[in-house]
Amino acid sequence: MPQESKKGFIDYLKNINYEKYGSLIALIVLFIIAGIANPIFFRPLNIMNILRQISYVGTIALGMTFVIISGGIDLSVGSMMALIGGIMIIVINQFGGNVLAIILAIIFGAALSVGLGLGTGLIVTKGKIAPFIATLGTMAIYRSLVLYFANGGEYRSISSIYPKIGGGKIPLGDSFFIPTPVIIFFVYAILCHIILEKTRFGRYVYAIGSNESAAIYSAIKVDRVKIITYIIVAFSVFLTSLMLSSRMNSVSSTSAGLGFELDAIAAVVIGGTSMKGGRGWIWGTVFGAIILGIINNMLNLLNVSPYLQGAVKGLVIIGAVLIQRKRT
Amino acid sequence: MNKTILRAEKINKDFSGVQVLFDVSINGEAGQVHGLIGENGAGKSTLMKIIAGFLQPSSGKIFIEGQQVNFKNPLMAKKRGIAMIHQELNLVEDLKVYENIFLGKEFKHRFLLDKKSMIQRSKEILKELGEEEIDPLEDMRNLSVAKKQMVEIARAISENSKILIMDEPTSALTEYETEILFKLIKELKQKGVCIFYVSHRLKEVKEICDVVTVLRDGRVVGEYDVSNVSEVELANAMVGRELGNMYPEKPEPSDEVILEVKNLNVPNFVENASFQLKKGEILGFAGLVGAGRTELAEALAGLRHKTSGEVFLNGKKVQIEDYEDAKRLGISYLPEDRKLHGLVLDMNIVNNITLISLEKYTRFLIDRKKEISKASEYKEKFDIRCRDLFQEVRYLSGGNQQKVVLSKCLEVEPQVLILDEPTRGIDINTKYQIYQFIAGFVKEGKACIVISSELQEIIGLCNRVLVMREGRITAELIGKEINEEEIILYATGIKERVH
Repeated sequence: MPQESKKGFIDYLKNINYEKYGSLIALIVLFIIAGIANPIFFRPLNIMNILRQISYVGTIALGMTFVIISGGIDLSVGSMMALIGGIMIIVINQFGGNVLAIILAIIFGAALSVGLGLGTGLIVTKGKIAPFIATLGTMAIYRSLVLYFANGGEYRSISSIYPKIGGGKIPLGDSFFIPTPVIIFFVYAILCHIILEKTRFGRYVYAIGSNESAAIYSAIKVDRVKIITYIIVAFSVFLTSLMLSSRMNSVSSTSAGLGFELDAIAAVVIGGTSMKGGRGWIWGTVFGAIILGIINNMLNLLNVSPYLQGAVKGLVIIGAVLIQRKRT
Repeated sequence: MNKTILRAEKINKDFSGVQVLFDVSINGEAGQVHGLIGENGAGKSTLMKIIAGFLQPSSGKIFIEGQQVNFKNPLMAKKRGIAMIHQELNLVEDLKVYENIFLGKEFKHRFLLDKKSMIQRSKEILKELGEEEIDPLEDMRNLSVAKKQMVEIARAISENSKILIMDEPTSALTEYETEILFKLIKELKQKGVCIFYVSHRLKEVKEICDVVTVLRDGRVVGEYDVSNVSEVELANAMVGRELGNMYPEKPEPSDEVILEVKNLNVPNFVENASFQLKKGEILGFAGLVGAGRTELAEALAGLRHKTSGEVFLNGKKVQIEDYEDAKRLGISYLPEDRKLHGLVLDMNIVNNITLISLEKYTRFLIDRKKEISKASEYKEKFDIRCRDLFQEVRYLSGGNQQKVVLSKCLEVEPQVLILDEPTRGIDINTKYQIYQFIAGFVKEGKACIVISSELQEIIGLCNRVLVMREGRITAELIGKEINEEEIILYATGIKERVH
C-alpha cells in the first residue's frame, strides 16, 4: 500500500502542468529559501513591503499579459507611465490641488490612457506595423514629451491630499495594515482574470494569439480585439501612474518608469505566458511579479550589491522559462 | 532475388502512457513499393516517423541491411539513406525553392555556398518531376499547395536515398501531378530504391504498390500481395468490418432556389461566376488546384474581397462584406486547411467549437455549462473520439479534428454549408460519416456546396457539378454527365462550354 501511494505521488509530480504551475512552485520554493536565509523575511511588515513594491510593475504586467497572449507586446509602458503621471500632476496644479482637481486629474489620466492605447492599437492593426517597432517608437515619443514638459526636471504636485491615495493604508488589527496599491493590484488581478477567462473578449485574445487566421475564419473582429488589448495595458499603466505619482506626490521626468517595460514583460514570462502568444494566465503574472519582488527583497536583506541584482533577476527569468520549456 | 534493406521488429510506441503501436513488424525490400494503409490514428505516420528517426520506439529493433540501428534523430537516419516526405509540408516559406531543396545539405565551394550548382541541380530534379515551370529562384510562399508538395518530393529525391518514405504524398496533388509522381516512383523502383507509400487512397495503393501492410489501431492486421487482393478486401481489413457503399443515396433537390450568385468577380481568381443552388441540393465544384474554387467560396463567405457580383439568398439580395454578415445570413464555410484556418490547435474541443458562436453563450460572462453541453451534443452526433472535451485539438487525429471544424460550422445554424475539401487526409470511416451527414443535412431543406479535388467524392455525392478552370465556371454537369472523364476534360480545358 505505501509503495503504491508513493508511485502515485511521483506520477502526480510528473503530470503537473509545469508550463502553468511552474511559477507557483518556484514562488513557494523561493519563499522558503528566502525565509531560511533571513528570518526577517517572514515578518508581516516585510511581506507587505514586498507586495506594495511589486504592485506598481505588477499592475502594468497584468495588462501586458493580455497584449502578450494576443501575440503583441508593448514596450512603451514605462515612459507612458511617466507621461500620464506627469500630466495628471499638471492638471492637479492647474486646478488648485483640491479634491475636485484630483478627481479631474484622474478622469483626465484615465481618458488619456485609453486614447494612447487606442493610438497604439491603431498603429499596430490599421498601420500594420509590428508591435515591437510601433511601441519602440511610442516609447521614445512619450519619454521625450515627458522631458520636454518638465524641461528635464520634476513634476511636483502642490496638493496635500493627493499623496493619501498612493500612500494610503487600510488597517487590519492593531499593528497590521494593507497599503492601498496592494489592494488595487489584487482587485485588478481578479478583474483581469475574469475578463481573460470568462468573457468572449478573453477567449478571442487567446484565439488570436494562437492562430490569427483561424480567428478570422471564426468571424472574430481581430483588429478590434487587438486594439482593446492595447487599451487595457494603457489603462493598467494609468493605474500605476496614479499609485506612484500620488505616493511620491511627484514624477521625475528622467527616471520615472525607467525599465518598467522589462520588469513587466519579465513578470509575464516568468508566470508562464508564452511570448509567441496563445498561452498564459493572469495568476502566473501575479506569481511572476511576486517572484521578482522576493528576489529584490532577499538580495537587499542579504546585503548583496544592488549592482548585482540585475544579474540574479536575469538568471531567474532564463531559468523560469527553461523549466517551463522542459515539459513541453 | 530481392534483398531486404529494412527490417523493423516488434516496434512498440507509447505517447505519455497511450500506446499507439503494438508489436509492429515490417520489412522493406530493394526495388519494392511497400504500401501502408490504415485509418487515421492507426499508427501509420508514427511507424514511419520511427523508421526515419523523427520518433524513437518504446521498444523494438530496427535493422538496416542486417545491421541494427538506433536512430536518435532524423539526421542519423538520413546518413543511413532514409528520406521522408511528410504529410504536413516541412518547408521554409521565406526561402527560395532551391534553398528548400538543399536545406541542410547545401553544396559548398570552399567556404561559400555554391548557388549555381544547386540551382542547376534543382532544375534537373524538378524537370524529372515534370515541373519545369517551377523556378528554383521563386520564393516558396508564392507556390500553390500542390507545387509545394512537389518541391517537398524533389527535396527527398535529391538525397539519393535507399529508403524513401512517402506519407500521403498525393493528398494535395491533382490527378495529373499524381501521374507524374507515379512515373517517378516506378523509375526509383527500377533503381532499387525501397519505397514506403502511406496512403488513404486504396486505388493508388492498388496501382503503385507491390505489397501492402494494413494497420488497424496500432496493430498489423494483414500483409497482402497487391496483385492478389481487391480494393474492397483492403478496405474491409482497414475498417475491420464489411463496408457497404461509401456514398449515401443522392437526395432529391427541390425547385426552390436558396442561393443565387450573379457575375461574381474576385481579381486574379474568379471571373464572372454565376450559379444557382437549390434547396436540398449538393452542388459540387470540381477543377484543378488553383482554379479559383476556394476563392469563390471565400468571397461568398465574406472572407475575401469581391469587386463585383450580386448574391441572392431565398430570392432576396444580400450584402456580404465580412464573415460576420455571412454568419448572420446562415452561410457557413469549412476551410480547406483545417490546421491553418479551421482550428486553434492550442485550444480544447469545446472552445474551438464555440469560437464562432460565443455570443450565443454569453450574457456578460460565458456560460461554461451551456457551452460544454452543446459541445457534448456534437461529440455524440459526430462520434468525436477524444480523451475528453477539454483535450487540445492538436492531439486529435485528422478525422476527429475535421469533425470539430464541422461542428463549429454547424454552430452558425447554416442554411448553406460550403465544404472545402471536407475529407482531405481523413480516414474512410470518418469520410463515410461526413457523407452521411451531408446527405442528412440537405434533406432538411438546406443546401450544400462541396469543393473537392477527389473526383470520386464529387461524383458519388453531388446532384450537380460545376467545373472551374482558371477562375471561370466552364461547365455544368448533371446526371449521367457527372463522370471522371467529362470533369477532367473541362477542368483541363480540353473541352469548353460557355456557361
